Amino acid sequence: MNGPQDLGGRAGFGPVLIEQDEPIFHADWEGRVLGLTLCSGVLGHWNLDESRHARECLPHTFYLSGSYYDIWLTALETLLARHGEVSAAERAQGKALAPGLRPERKLDAAAVFGVLSKGGPVDRSVTAEEGFKVGDRVKTRRGSMKGHTRLPSYAMGREGVVTGVRGFHVYPDSSARGTGEAPCWLYGVTFTGEELWGEGAEPGTEVTIDAFEPYLDHA
Amino acid sequence: MLMHDHAHDNELSDQEARVRALETILVEKDLVDPGAIDAIIETYSEKVGPQNGAKVVARAWSDPAFAKALKADAMTTIESMGFKGRQAEHMEVLWNGGGVHNLVVCTLCSCYPWAVLGLPPVWYKSAPYRARAVSEPRAVLAEFGVELPEETRVKVWDSTAEVRYLVIPERPEGTEGWSEDDLAVLVSRESMIGTGLARSPGA
Repeated sequence: MNGPQDLGGRAGFGPVLIEQDEPIFHADWEGRVLGLTLCSGVLGHWNLDESRHARECLPHTFYLSGSYYDIWLTALETLLARHGEVSAAERAQGKALAPGLRPERKLDAAAVFGVLSKGGPVDRSVTAEEGFKVGDRVKTRRGSMKGHTRLPSYAMGREGVVTGVRGFHVYPDSSARGTGEAPCWLYGVTFTGEELWGEGAEPGTEVTIDAFEPYLDHA
Repeated sequence: MLMHDHAHDNELSDQEARVRALETILVEKDLVDPGAIDAIIETYSEKVGPQNGAKVVARAWSDPAFAKALKADAMTTIESMGFKGRQAEHMEVLWNGGGVHNLVVCTLCSCYPWAVLGLPPVWYKSAPYRARAVSEPRAVLAEFGVELPEETRVKVWDSTAEVRYLVIPERPEGTEGWSEDDLAVLVSRESMIGTGLARSPGA
């Protein structure tokens, strides 16, 4: 969707603000949000793609003005309410009014290092032939302006070249909707600066995105 | 709730109050172990950070067999150093040099190779960087103090899937014979994202 998260190429945000000797967290609550987000994810009510979609569905004004951990916190509140674990009434009162649904899945402190080291790989057993190969000229589709997609709008309807085959991965556009992983081939697709930005492009620049096969047609 | 317009009768910020409430409820429901949150914070504060990626770069500079393995299979080779897991499940390395400079961004969120670089800095997640790294990378690099020759090609990598990118910066001159530990000190976080270069000896 071309929501507030779809930032590539947008003008008007000013210079990049770089903080010297930046701390890892700027307040204690940021670390708690990181921990709560990871621990809640382990309960298994939602996947990575649904959590990303919850963040990009936040109001533009909030997304663009809040801190990134506030975006995470607000999306986590949304997800926990959607899946019946923590209601708005419970948040307002600051106490549990009903038992948890999945306490058996709680992440114990002792298991944290193992879970973080394992991660959540998204490559799957190959069940289809590659539709494209390195060197193929491709054109990206217009893509979804409403549902979750990982095709940024600046790269929609553009011509590029396949420069890598990354693997057979979970398709986020389906996964975020809860309609299954629908794994497919993932490619590196490279565009010239001129193709993406026209005559005003900086010379000698190019952009490579990772594009799922349903995003592509032969050019 | 996105916005409060009522006053709080304590000194907690809005976020602090909301986080505290959420943690309290989740712990009461036996869904979250507060010790697990502490362990996650400790992991990314003390154990997992750009010092990991710097070790990969230093070894790639000084051990040709390792560099070759890294080119052939980045994932397995990085895992062999013990750096793996969340937000680095699928890794690619990008080599600067030969007239090419690589720059990594995530325009759609904040994808970043946690296992080798830790948590991303605020600027990496900010709208200006995400908006402009793809459309005017040379201007962004200049704001980081990186001025590249005109003939250097700038390759930008937008992390739009679950592949995570680590830049291998060029090895600074005057470091012949240095140990991996000494070389790693020259490898800044920014140099592994592409918004910086490796430090020169004595700089």
